[in-house]
This record gives sequence, C-alpha cells and structure tokens, in this order.
Amino acid sequence: MTDVSVKDLGDDLAVPDPVQPKSRLRSVFARDRKAQVGLFIMLFFTLTAILAPLIAPYDPNEMTLDMMTNPSGTHWLGTDDLGRDLLSRIIWGTQISLFVGVSTVALALVGGVILGVVAGYYGGWIDNIIMRYIDLQWAFPNFIIAVYLVAVFGTGLLNVIVAISLAFLDDFARIARSMVLTLKEEQFVDAARVQGFSDARIMFRHILPNALAPLIVQATVSVSYAILGEASLSFLGLGVNPNTPTWGLILADGRSFISQAWWLGVYPGLAIMLVVLSINFVGDGLRDALDVRETGS
Amino acid sequence: MASYILRRLIGSLLVMLAVATLVFFMIRLVPGDPIAAMLADSGGPEAREALIRKLGLDKPVLVQFWKWFIAMLQGDLGNSIYGNNQPVTTILIEALPRTMSLAFLSFIIALVIAIPAGIISATRKNTATDTAVSLFAFLGLSMPDFWLAILLIIVFAANLQWLPAIGYVPLAEGFWPWLSHLILPSIAIGTGFSAIIARMIRSSMLEVMQADYMRTAASKGLTMRVQMLRHAFPNALIPVVTVIGIAFALLISGAVVVENVFAIKGLGRVLIQGIQNRDYPVVQGAVLVVSAFFVLSNLAVDLLYAVIDPRIRYS
Repeated sequence: MTDVSVKDLGDDLAVPDPVQPKSRLRSVFARDRKAQVGLFIMLFFTLTAILAPLIAPYDPNEMTLDMMTNPSGTHWLGTDDLGRDLLSRIIWGTQISLFVGVSTVALALVGGVILGVVAGYYGGWIDNIIMRYIDLQWAFPNFIIAVYLVAVFGTGLLNVIVAISLAFLDDFARIARSMVLTLKEEQFVDAARVQGFSDARIMFRHILPNALAPLIVQATVSVSYAILGEASLSFLGLGVNPNTPTWGLILADGRSFISQAWWLGVYPGLAIMLVVLSINFVGDGLRDALDVRETGS
Repeated sequence: MASYILRRLIGSLLVMLAVATLVFFMIRLVPGDPIAAMLADSGGPEAREALIRKLGLDKPVLVQFWKWFIAMLQGDLGNSIYGNNQPVTTILIEALPRTMSLAFLSFIIALVIAIPAGIISATRKNTATDTAVSLFAFLGLSMPDFWLAILLIIVFAANLQWLPAIGYVPLAEGFWPWLSHLILPSIAIGTGFSAIIARMIRSSMLEVMQADYMRTAASKGLTMRVQMLRHAFPNALIPVVTVIGIAFALLISGAVVVENVFAIKGLGRVLIQGIQNRDYPVVQGAVLVVSAFFVLSNLAVDLLYAVIDPRIRYS
C-alpha cells in the first residue's frame, strides 16, 4: 500500500492525500464490536495455521484402530472412519484454507487491477477488448467458472488457486476500471502528465492509491468467497488431492458416516463458518470505515 | 421500451454465442490425451483411430467447431461418451426440471425468510430484534451450503426421520413426495440467499423511510402498518431486485453443490459426474445450460426492473 506522506510530495507536487485508511480504521475498529470479534477470530485461526505442527495433538494422517470414537479427553473432537484424529485434521486444514483464501485473492487482485486500470486509463480499443472479455466472464457465476477450469486443467492445490483467482478477476477489474474512469479526469492526473511522468507511473503511483478503498473491501470479502469456494471444490472431489486434510475434503469423507458419527459432519463445517464469519465481520467494518457502498456481489 | 427489450435480447444472445465458443475451445485445451482417457486402455491403435473418426477429431478444429455449432443450434449437443451413450440433450432435459424445482423452491424459501426479516429489522432499527436478524444474516452468509445440508440431514433425516435424506421424485408422482424431497436441499440453498436479500431490504427500507413521501404519508395520519407495507416496502424493493439478479449466481452455484449432497440428478450433479467421468460432451452441455439459465435470469431481472420502476425510461 503506497502511503503518500509529506516527504514524497517533493517530486509529486500535485498528488493529493489518498484516503487515510489507517487513522479511520483505528477509530472504527475501536468502536465496532463486531469487527473486533472478527479480528480476534481471524487472529486465532491464523495462529492455528502457523502453529499447526506444534499444537496438533496427533499426526493428521495417522490411522489407528480407534475408529469413529466419540469426542473425548483423548480425542477432543473424536476420530474418523480410519481412526484419524479429527481435531488434528481440522488444525492442519486451517493452513490450506487460509493459504488458498489469501493467495487466490492476491492473484486476482493483481491481475484484475492491472486489467481494469489499463482498460480505464487508455480507453478506446484496449478498453473494448478487455471489457468484452470481462462481460463474457460475467455471464458465468464465479463458482461455475472455477468448476469448469478445474475440470479442464485438473485438480490439485495450484490449479484450484489459479481457477478461483481467474474466476474473481472480473470483479476486481470492474471496480478498478470504474475508479480510474472517475479519477483520471482529476487535476492531479493532468498535473502528473504535464510533469512528463510515464503512463505506468501515473496509473500505478498516482491513480491507484486513490482507488484503494473499494478494492480493499472487495478483497476482504473475496477471501471469504475463496475459502468457501475451495471448500466446495474439495467437497465435490475437485479440489486439492485426496489425503490432504482440508475442511471440504474432511466433510466429504465424513459424509457417509454422519448418521453414526455426527461430529464428522459438524466440526469441519463449524471451522469453515467461523473463519468466513470473521472475515465478513471485518469486511463489514472496513466497508463502514472506508465508506464504500455495498454492491451485493 | 420495445427497442430496449430487443437490444437486451440481442445482447444476451451474443453473450450466449460467445459463451458457447469459449466453452468449445476451452475443452480442447485439456492437457493430456482425452482419447486415451476415454478408451481407458481397453483398445489398440485401431480402436483409437475409430473413436477419433467417430468423434470427428481428425478434421480441422474450425470444421469441428462449425459442425458442433450447427448441431448445437438444432438442439444436438452430441452424445455422452460414458455408459450407454445417451444424447447429452436428453440427459440435460431430464435434469433441468430438478434444478428448476430446486431453484424455485429455494427462491420462495429465501423470500419468505428475507422479506419479514428485512422489514422488521428496518422498522426496529438498533433494537435486539435488529441485532438478532443481522446476526442471522451474517451466519447465513458465512455457512457453506453443503455444510448446512449435512446438518439438516443429521437432524431431520437421520435423527427425527421426518424427511428423506436423498433422491428426487417428479411432481407427477404426487405433490408431497416431490416437496418432501426438496425441502431440505432448498433450505440449504435458500438460507444464504435469504441473508443477502434481508440485508438489502433492511438498508433499502432505511433509505426509503427518509424520503419526503414517507413524511407525507405519516402526516396524512396513515397507520405505521400502511406506511410501511404500502409506501415504504414497494419502493424499497427496487434496488433489491438488482441484487436478486446477482444472487442468482449463488442459487445456481448452491444447486451444483447441494444436488451432490442429496443425490438429486439435476444439472449440478450431471456436471460434476461428467467431470468425474471425463465425459466432455456432457460437461460442455451442462456448462452451456447453466450459463444460459444465468444469462436469461439476469435478463429477466433487468426487464422486471423496468416494469416495477416506472421512473426508469429506456430509449
């Protein structure tokens, strides 16, 4: 995030202060109970993911003869049909979920922003080509795009990440483009042009920092969609490879046994819901803080 | 208005043609050798040659595309390469009413929950009721639909045994058998959808309640009930309708996953099974129909928007 401060203004005289997200954020998070809870849960799961090797009580793939045992002192969340410890599997699953969520959105953000900024800044035939593609992608629900891409290119962690991020590309491109369209008429852009800065510099150093607020909100919400998307793909057998403990896959594996072992159907989903809920709480707080109108997408 | 409708119709048609083209060429990017996958080492080079000729894969890609395209326009999407080689169109026609029933019922359930929830939380802003509705909406948004489906099965099918856990019965075999098989999956899909709509109705109602005509309505001495239901709600619905269009995507994506939980052989299950069997004609057909469904429902929403808001004029 480029934060333009006074010392930079020496050579970019005309650059106005972009939204000062930090100070506004701090005041909103101080008041918004929901966002605080969200942040706390996010922190909890992030730590869980990082510390998984240390805190997981068992090897997530170690099969034992204690099959489908009830939650108890030895296995807090019970075991699955192969005698694997459910808690350990869920703890390791946190890594995959968060990794997919964050890396997917990072890719989609970078790709979408470049497309959108270029389209909005140059206009003309470049805009036309990019926007026709974006419109085409708009004709599919995001999840269907991801399913189709995985169907074509195959399953596996990397493919899932690429598929979901491609599916999100149009959302970011649209937002970036519309922000650029309004901002490029501003005087500070003319001023930058007069100073002879390159197009790339004007686009990414001058315009983009002023368009960050809606992109930040969209990115936050998209992380939750990405996590849900990965879980759904894995649940359908189109996600990461079998044997990798991910929340979607744990649920899919446990599905056949839920009438005897309810915990296999309950806890992995609870983990997904808590993470997604916390991101939505934080996203909502950010939306209020940065004053971005809800688009509903 | 007529020219606007015509323009939107042509636009949607062009998008569908582009989608069909994209779907056709994407599937040719499949890495590896689909022919080998289809034969599954059951045939020698002759069988391979025969299959390639049968599928027309020995012709140039553009010729293949043209043939496929013309056939598609006539409703022929090729044959499944799996099992007893049913025509893809037949498979999809069988699946479509299941997904439609599911989508329709989910939609109804979503509205039944969302409309009262949205209105009540707007009229009782910042009360405990409002907070409860808001929390419910957040939970609905955050819960994976397939997980909700599993929870519903655990409670209502496995434990209480009130409703069947899997399968689908056509409407022709009776209303209750049909409905009973669809209730749980529809709740699983509709809950997330209802959360989005409830939030939209709430914020839209709050905006409308500030309008001048609402002050007029109040000063005319209308009861709160009439003010809200006759004046505020219909106006609050206008922005909500656009969101419903976007949320159709959720409904379709939800159906894809939830059909697989309840073993309902709708479009979603056909699509996923097609992928698992590497049955590319079926995958192609299912993706086409799903996106057609999506494009058409968005078109319907846009047109509906023009009807319910007479202030919008289309030239």
